[in-house]
Amino acid sequence: MSLQAQPGQVVAVVGPSGCGKTTLLELICGLQRPDAGTVSTPGAALMPQRDLLLPWASALDNASLALRARGVARDEARRQAHPWLERFGLEGFERARPAELSGGMRQRVSFLRTLLAGKPVLALDEPFASLDAITRHEMHGWLAHVLTSEPRTVVLVTHDVEEAVVLADRVVVMSPRPGRAVAELKVDLPRPRKATDLAVVELRERAFRALGVER
Amino acid sequence: MRRLLRGWRPLLVIVVLLGIWEVYVDAGGADPLVLPPPHAVAKALFVDRSLLWSNFTVTAEEVLLGILVAAVGALAVSIAIHFSPTLRKAIYPLLVGSQAVPVPVFAFVLVLWLGFGLAPKLIVVAIVSFFPIVVTTLAGLAAVDPDLVKLMQTFDSPRLRTFRHVEFPSALPGVVTGAKIAVAVSVIGAVFAELAGSNSGLGYLYQQSENQLLMPRAYATVLILSVFAILLFSLLTLAERLALPWAYQPPRESSP
Repeated sequence: MSLQAQPGQVVAVVGPSGCGKTTLLELICGLQRPDAGTVSTPGAALMPQRDLLLPWASALDNASLALRARGVARDEARRQAHPWLERFGLEGFERARPAELSGGMRQRVSFLRTLLAGKPVLALDEPFASLDAITRHEMHGWLAHVLTSEPRTVVLVTHDVEEAVVLADRVVVMSPRPGRAVAELKVDLPRPRKATDLAVVELRERAFRALGVER
Repeated sequence: MRRLLRGWRPLLVIVVLLGIWEVYVDAGGADPLVLPPPHAVAKALFVDRSLLWSNFTVTAEEVLLGILVAAVGALAVSIAIHFSPTLRKAIYPLLVGSQAVPVPVFAFVLVLWLGFGLAPKLIVVAIVSFFPIVVTTLAGLAAVDPDLVKLMQTFDSPRLRTFRHVEFPSALPGVVTGAKIAVAVSVIGAVFAELAGSNSGLGYLYQQSENQLLMPRAYATVLILSVFAILLFSLLTLAERLALPWAYQPPRESSP
C-alpha cells in the first residue's frame, strides 16, 4: 500500500468493509505504528465515523475541544471557534447540546472540531456514513464548498464510491483482505460536481469495475 | 404537577395498608404494646417532635457527612484505579472484601476504639457507602468511548487533559448513581453504628424507646429514618437532573 497526498489535495480511499481503511487512517494519525514501512505526515487530526460529540458540552464547546486539548483557555477557545460556527451554518445553535442538533449539524460540529485542531492533514473516517441519504447528499455539497474556501490536505476514507468521486482529487481503490491499492483514479473535474455529471458517473463506474463489482 | 398526580397510586396503597393496620390492631389482632396502631405513631410524632428532631439532626449529620466522605474518597480511589492497572489489581479485591465486613460487629469494635462520638458513625457510614460509589464511578470512567480517547490523541491532548475534558465529566453521573444507591445503606449503617454505642441519634432513640416499651415513639423513629432516606434519594435525583441534564437526554435521531 502506497499513498501520497500533495498539500491541499483531497485523496479518497474507497474499499469494501474490512480492507483496512480505518487502520490506514490510524497510521496516518499516529495512533498505530506500522508493522513494516513508513508513514510520514506533517500531523493529522481525525474526524471519526460517529460524531463522538461530548453530550454535556454545547456545540461551541464541542467545536473548540481540539483547542482546549492544546491547552487554550476556555474563553479564548470559544472566541476562536465562534465565527466558525456561523460560517458552518450553525449560528443560533452555539449553546445547543448534541442531543438538540440534527445528524447533519452534529457532523458539521464534528468536522469543525477536527478542522480547529490546526493540523495540516484531516483524516476523515467515513464522515457521513451514519447520515440518511438526503442529509449525506447535502453534506457532500457543503464539504466541497468548505474545502474550496478552506483548502486542506484531506484523506477521506469511505465505502461510498459516489462520495469519493464527488469530493476527491484522487480516488484510491482498495481490494478486500488483504487490503491493497488496486487502482488509482484522477478526478480532474471542476467543482462543484454533481453526482449526475456524466464525467462523475463514468469515473464512478470505473471505480466500481476496479472494485470488481459487476453493474 | 403531573408528576404529583402520578404519585397518587402508591399513596393510595399506603393509605389502604395503614387502614388495614389500624383496624387490625383496634380489633385486638395484636397487642398495641408490640404493634402500635398508626394513630398512636402519628401522635408520638407530634408529641415527641422536639425530641425526635434533635436526634434526627444527629443522625442526619452522620449520614450526610458519611456520604460526602465516601463520595470524595470513592472518586479519588476510582480515578487512581482508572489510571493504574497495578492499583486496580491491588485495591479492587479489597474493596469487594470491604462489602463482606459485618457492619454491626465492626461498628461495635469501632465504638470501643473511637468512643461514642461522631467518628465511628462516620466511618461506618462511609464504609457502607464507599463501595457502591466506587463501582458506579469506575463503570462511568470505563464507559468512555475509546474512540473518543483516540480522537483526543490526534488533537495532541496530554493524558491528564483528556481525563479532565472527556473522562471525568462522563464519570459524574456514575458518582451520583452510586450516591443514590449509597443513601439507603448509609442510613442503615448510621443506625447500626448508633446501636453499637451512642447517646444521641434516631438509632439511639429507637433503642431507648424500645427498652422503655414506648413503641409508638420507636416506630416514629423508623418512619423518620425511612422518609429521610427517600428524601435524600429524591434530592439526589433532582440534583442530577439539574446539574447533569445531558445524562437524561436521549439522543434525538441516532436511535439504534
